[in-house]
Amino acid sequence: MSEELDEVMVEFITESYESLDELDRQLVTLEQESNPDSLASIFRAIHTIKGTSGFLGLSKLEALTHVGENLLSKLRDGLLDVTQEITTSLLQMVDAVREIIEHVEADGEEGDTSNEVLLDELSRLERGETLAAAPSPEAAPVPTEVADATPETPAAEVIEPAAVVEPEAAVVAEVVEPAAVVEPEAAVVAEVVESEAALVAEVVEPAPVVEPEGAVVAEVEVEPAAEVVEPVAEVVDDTPKPEKAAASTEDRHASAESIRVDVGLLDDLMNLVGELVLARNQILQYSVEQHDTTFFATTQRLNLITTELQEGVMRTRMQPIENVWNKFPRVVRDLTMACGKQARLEMEGKHTELDKTLLEAIKDPLTHLVRNSVDHGLESPEQRLAKGKPAEGIVRLRAYHEGGQVIIEISDDGGGIDPAVIRAKATEKGLFGRRSDENGNLSDREVLNMIFMPGFSTAAQVTNISGRGVGMDVVRTNIEAIGGSVDVQSEVGVGTVFKIKIPLTLAIIPALVVTCEGERFAIPQVSLRELVRIDGHDPQSAIEYVQGAPVYRLRGRLLPIVYLHEVFGNEAPDNADGVNIVVVQADDREFGLVVDEISDTAEIVVKPLGRILKQVSAFAGATIMGDGKVALILDVLGIAESIGMGSSGERQYGAGESGDDMLDGTIHRMLMFRLGTQRLALLLEMVARLEEFTPDQVELTGAGRVVQYRDEIMPLVFVSEELGIASSRTEAEPLQVVVCMQGERSVGVVVDDIYDIVEQSVDIAPTSTAHGVLCSAVIQDRVIDILDVESVLRSAVPALFQEVPA
Amino acid sequence: MSTNDDPRFCTFYLGDLYLGVPVTSVQEVIRAQERTKIPLVSPVIHGLINLRGEIVTTVDLRHRLELEPRTDDHDPINVVVRNHDGVVSLLVDEIGDVFDVADEDFDPLPPTLTGVYRDFVRGIYKLEGQLLLILDTDRLLDLPQITDEPIESLAS
Repeated sequence: MSEELDEVMVEFITESYESLDELDRQLVTLEQESNPDSLASIFRAIHTIKGTSGFLGLSKLEALTHVGENLLSKLRDGLLDVTQEITTSLLQMVDAVREIIEHVEADGEEGDTSNEVLLDELSRLERGETLAAAPSPEAAPVPTEVADATPETPAAEVIEPAAVVEPEAAVVAEVVEPAAVVEPEAAVVAEVVESEAALVAEVVEPAPVVEPEGAVVAEVEVEPAAEVVEPVAEVVDDTPKPEKAAASTEDRHASAESIRVDVGLLDDLMNLVGELVLARNQILQYSVEQHDTTFFATTQRLNLITTELQEGVMRTRMQPIENVWNKFPRVVRDLTMACGKQARLEMEGKHTELDKTLLEAIKDPLTHLVRNSVDHGLESPEQRLAKGKPAEGIVRLRAYHEGGQVIIEISDDGGGIDPAVIRAKATEKGLFGRRSDENGNLSDREVLNMIFMPGFSTAAQVTNISGRGVGMDVVRTNIEAIGGSVDVQSEVGVGTVFKIKIPLTLAIIPALVVTCEGERFAIPQVSLRELVRIDGHDPQSAIEYVQGAPVYRLRGRLLPIVYLHEVFGNEAPDNADGVNIVVVQADDREFGLVVDEISDTAEIVVKPLGRILKQVSAFAGATIMGDGKVALILDVLGIAESIGMGSSGERQYGAGESGDDMLDGTIHRMLMFRLGTQRLALLLEMVARLEEFTPDQVELTGAGRVVQYRDEIMPLVFVSEELGIASSRTEAEPLQVVVCMQGERSVGVVVDDIYDIVEQSVDIAPTSTAHGVLCSAVIQDRVIDILDVESVLRSAVPALFQEVPA
Repeated sequence: MSTNDDPRFCTFYLGDLYLGVPVTSVQEVIRAQERTKIPLVSPVIHGLINLRGEIVTTVDLRHRLELEPRTDDHDPINVVVRNHDGVVSLLVDEIGDVFDVADEDFDPLPPTLTGVYRDFVRGIYKLEGQLLLILDTDRLLDLPQITDEPIESLAS
């Protein structure tokens, strides 16, 4: 029996036990006092068992519940009254059902107990007869009685001997004949009998009973046939019994040890634990101030217990990922048949546990990825053989814990994704947007991740399985909605790996508490990268502006700065004594969030906001702090999107990646500026600051124009004059100055207008012969000259270079 | 909900206004709580309070009914109501009695009443010496104007 069916079966067994216990009670109540509601509920319970048993191929159970259901429906419709006889028979039926289910639980088979007497009773009762007129139950084994009953008896009873005396199929057919009346059930029964036959065959072999040849059986007709069956049935019953019995007690034991609990109750429990965590936090804080060792020790103990309780309650909500994976073998099987491929599904770490809600949330994305792997990932068997791979492809699911997260990998050994194809497709669909061009601006990995953009599909042919381009962006959206992320890696000809990272739970999360405008806010730890505090006599000056957009230089990179105050629609304050920057990550973009104060980290319990606050994308929820006050939880992604960063429609690539991500070419950051109508760039590593001076700050000295800057005299170099390009700047306009460092000295490079900072791979080699130009490169679809700052400075302010000691 | 479901009303005052909501929709009445302000939302939303572990949004009823802001001589009172959106607290000046009113005292809104009252008042009970305005809590809490506008303007 397949694993899949097992699960359904187990569920059926558990549910049936529950409803059977309930049925006992309800039937008894019904006898005492007729109640249409409870009658309807009994009917439903039996009907459910009947339906499911039919579906599971438990024909004996189906036949039994079918007759019971007929009787119950007459009772329900008021055609019959509930009598003691009827109740007794119904209770017997419940017992019989329970017995069959116990058998099924023990070994997957329905067992050999005959229920024909009961069936007969139930049928009679249903026809409105009373049992008093019927033969006594003791008479049942009498052969004639069996013969009489035959036309009405379900096939199972009669066919059973057929299985036993299998070699004599022809003869048995004769015996069975009357059973033809019950034809519709024959197919199902045959199956059951078949599987039983296997069991019987083993046991039967030494049994002398079978020895009589077909002729004998034929001679003795029905009567002896029944006899022949009897002993065999006994043998069957006897031999495996000790084992069966043991198994059944054990299983019953297992189902008694586990109880089904309403998820709502677990949620309540989780809430309470959340409250307890908050109260614990409060007490911990208080105990530190008290200098009372006994109190302190008790508090520590409370702390430990609370943590354990929290873990315990969280565990109750955990379920193995297997529960979701179990349906994939079938998915893969159906798909491979549909697209003429061969595939094997491998699973690793299926016992990895996840919070129930998260499990629900990843079900659809996972299914989509698995389907994709088979449909798009794997090649056809011919293609695979041609490439020297086995015809059968492998789809591998892997789940494991890593750093407080669960990682799920879906990999295939198919053809892989060719970045060139993605590039071409993205260009065709115009998905690169206005900022980036399609020629090598992005690394292959970044290009691969474009498959998650809306409207992207590389499938040459849209099949009914996949290729409509609506899937992958939904996959990403769904995974990000639960605080996870998804990444793709692929090698052409080798295969593709999708890696999904999701948090263990959403209910209690570690967070950083910050203050802004007198209110506290929590930032989930998963979005945190680092904390930066700018001190000094003028901390604000460390934040520079590119066309009004604040940036901060963090280890050679420009970090976009967002003032939380401004997000909230207020003026950013002038922090004289230091600026606190919380570096956060939203999607693949980092930015610095400026807050008033950084307090502490805390375990917070995420609570939903009321519906009327749902539209505010800046908040992910709220929590209750140690002092009982409410604090809002910031949604970093929401903030990023609201200020136009990292919106999924047009992603800005190329920033915030480090190390191995910059595989092709050297990535350079360039400051883009204008001179008249020309656009130029200079390498950002040359830039120290960006400043603005009013024309009246410019003073003339013998060496040229200078300004006073940070207690020194800074020479100004007008690039337009050096390069002979007409400037569009008027005399009255303030000067846009790029401050460059030459040794110890600052030099102001005057340009017309700074408009952007671009990060892309450029081959910097002095290829240009023009004065002051290092080289030319294609940036943002334009050919841009990159300024050779050093040579410009050398010719403009030669004194600078002479002063530098050799 | 028809007015006949439960004839009792929980009443309260906003200045001279005597208002009521069906007693069945009221969960509890509590004193002023320390609130947390919420940036980016309509000033009708007063803030968030912690109601025994549940986070409840408070609505400034004075603001909602376009009355003068509360003069700060005493703290407002939270009337916690439950509607299809969950639990919301209405800030009122003073709490009144729970009133059992007779149906024959009920009058629909006079057509001369305009503005927010036309939207939010379901009807009027003529009591001895004063009129009791029955509020429609569902409409009262239907706040389509909540947006994060400052964020949008920042993006442009």
